[in-house]
Amino acid sequence: MSSTETPATPVDHELSWPDPCEIAGTVRLVAPDGSRLSEDAVALSGHAVYAAAAARTTPDELRAMYRDMVLVRAFDREATSLQRQGELGLWPECRGQEAAQIGSAHALRPRDHVFPSYREHGVAHVRGLDLREILHLFRGTEHGGWDPTAHGFHIYTLVIGSHTLHATGYAMGIQRDGDVGTGTDRDRAVVAYFGDGATAQGDVNEALVFAATTNAPVVFFCQNNHWAISAPTTVQTTVPLVERGAGFGVPSIRVDGNDVVAVKAVTEAALERARSGGGPTFIEAVTYRMGAHTTSDDPTRYRERAEEDAWSQRDPIERLGALLRAEGLVDDAFFAGIDADATELTAGVRAYCRSLTPPPAESMFDHVYAAQHTLVDEERAWYGQYASSFEQAAAGS
Amino acid sequence: MTTTHTAADAAPTDAAATTAATVPAETKQRLPLARAINAGLRRALATDDHVMLMGEDIGRLGGVFRVTDGLQAEFGTQRVVDSPLAESGILGTAIGLAMAGYRPVVEIQFDGFVFPAFDQITTQLAKLRYRTGGRLEMPVVIRIPYGGSIGAIEHHSESPEALFAHTAGLRIVTPATAADGYTMIQQAIASPDPVIFLEPKSRYWDKGEVDLREGATELGPDGWRSLHVARTVRAGSDLTIAAYGPTVATALAAAQVAEQEGRDVEVIDLRSVSPIDFDTLTESVMRTGHLVVVHEAPVFFGSGAEIAARITERCFHALEAPVLRVGGFHTPYPASSIEAEYLPSLDRVLDAVDRSLAY
Ligand SMILES: Cc1ncc(C[n+]2csc(CCOP(=O)(O)OP(=O)(O)O)c2C)c(N)n1
Repeated sequence: MSSTETPATPVDHELSWPDPCEIAGTVRLVAPDGSRLSEDAVALSGHAVYAAAAARTTPDELRAMYRDMVLVRAFDREATSLQRQGELGLWPECRGQEAAQIGSAHALRPRDHVFPSYREHGVAHVRGLDLREILHLFRGTEHGGWDPTAHGFHIYTLVIGSHTLHATGYAMGIQRDGDVGTGTDRDRAVVAYFGDGATAQGDVNEALVFAATTNAPVVFFCQNNHWAISAPTTVQTTVPLVERGAGFGVPSIRVDGNDVVAVKAVTEAALERARSGGGPTFIEAVTYRMGAHTTSDDPTRYRERAEEDAWSQRDPIERLGALLRAEGLVDDAFFAGIDADATELTAGVRAYCRSLTPPPAESMFDHVYAAQHTLVDEERAWYGQYASSFEQAAAGS
Repeated sequence: MTTTHTAADAAPTDAAATTAATVPAETKQRLPLARAINAGLRRALATDDHVMLMGEDIGRLGGVFRVTDGLQAEFGTQRVVDSPLAESGILGTAIGLAMAGYRPVVEIQFDGFVFPAFDQITTQLAKLRYRTGGRLEMPVVIRIPYGGSIGAIEHHSESPEALFAHTAGLRIVTPATAADGYTMIQQAIASPDPVIFLEPKSRYWDKGEVDLREGATELGPDGWRSLHVARTVRAGSDLTIAAYGPTVATALAAAQVAEQEGRDVEVIDLRSVSPIDFDTLTESVMRTGHLVVVHEAPVFFGSGAEIAARITERCFHALEAPVLRVGGFHTPYPASSIEAEYLPSLDRVLDAVDRSLAY
């Protein structure tokens, strides 16, 4: 019977903040202080293959990823302040998740296809989307905001987990087209991004079933940022999320999501497997949502300041910055140049956001159907007359 | 079995023993709708150990609209449960819990997120009593913040009542005032049948007087059943407006404007979409001869269509104009910067009043 005497909840929600990436089996190549892990240490954890891949990452690429991370964070900060000024209805920050997003996106090829949820601003940027296009949705002027085919980057999906099935279906299409396993540039793959909370949804579990049984070329990229609004990951699972995949027959791997070098290496391997016909992979990228869930959220109601502080010590941007400096790959001018670019970007974002006006009201009748629909026509005509009656009244008075 | 005691327990539950005139002033409070529902939930949790709440972020956070604020701290994590992020799971397990004798009250975070649970609600919850020949009872309440005009992004502003009303076995209600929020949530929980409890999110912060002494033992003149009785909010003789949930305030505003033009408009808050109190509505339309139905949901195949058909059958000779409907268009809910044009605004209601009276 229900009562307050009932023994404690099955899941222990007690919070503690050891580094979750220090557990065995988690791929980490760069430590939080920016130093590369020794070959021996990486080999010991069985991840030598990723270290080898990471060693091939060129200084240019490292610098490019750093630049992307800084620009996206600046954009994110600007969008948050635009929301505070009433210019956006809502903003979901991706702060803290830049390495997970930018590292994985750098592993993609142009012909690959991405199905994001609603926080993947970093992935959007790497895919070549003009970040300003994301503002349309959150300013309430459009439901989408960009062409999903132009950059191989689908529109955001707000219904948690739905798009993981779309990603799987898209991957099944690629497979049917014969764009898998040819060993040429023709080969393609799909990535679905979703959160730890989403893993509880039926759709996500069904996506894993379909992907496994069809051997679809899809990578399930789960950003475990520790929170689904106010729910810690323990509300969704009693085992590390990475352990879920095996039961579905989907090989799975856990990566330090704040180590951009490791994320890129792991995602590259998963994508290569998918493109070559090896089937789906589940990646758990362990990261942290440093900001609020969205600008409507108040994290002080459910999480401890000490936890946020612990994670601020594992900031993904600082980690890569430290590595670049330690390895002598950058100079002061590099950082100054990026700062200047960030300032220019945010000024542009601010101006663009303010310039976005509501579409004409009649546009609500557009694109409901591909072909004529008499009811929509009738309602559009009625609305047009109704709206113009006010103009006539105003003109007459 | 112990239950945490609450402030509500201190209030007399035998309301019938006290007449309205002697109700101590402090039991009446001006509360926003969200707080009133919170007080009703608290009362239900305190009165019946089998009542439990389940949903995403309803515990420590108190729900994204804070409707369950403080209830987990007061009643514990076994009675106010933060569920995994899975609506089909929430509803499916609520069904099992109901089979085990509990009265689950689940929260769906936003209207647009009830659909992963649509299967459990329409194929299981709604039908289990019928399929078992009445052997199983399904006292499950599904609370859904619904409707628009809060400037939200997509899937956060929908009005799905007709999709559920089409399914036999579900009761569907929606409070428009704080007082109704407090009483109706308790009545919904007392109902032996599943209830979809639609909370007009644009009205969550509207305040009204609530008598907190009225508890679960005093649920209105006919117990929980008065949940389905419509309320005449404003008497009038020229035209009837039927509204519910978020549109009741719009209808009232329209009646006030119409009054300045010498029109005496009656406003009925239906409160319930399934069943609909056609007796109250028929009586009104028999007097006024004009009916305008206002809801945020799309007009096509909406509750207004059902009302128009039935009122035409019942009041055919009394009607002086066709029943008119004001509501959403046959489009997906549009982007928020133009939602005001989609929603049944004061102007669109007045336009319908004019058209009906000019007929
Ligand atoms: C089907 C559905 N249910 C509920 C919600 C409300 N909601 C929006 S975000 C969110 C938490 C998501 O957490 P997670 O999947 O971990 O992703 P994160 O936001 O942390 O990136 C919830 C419950 C939703 N958008 N869709």
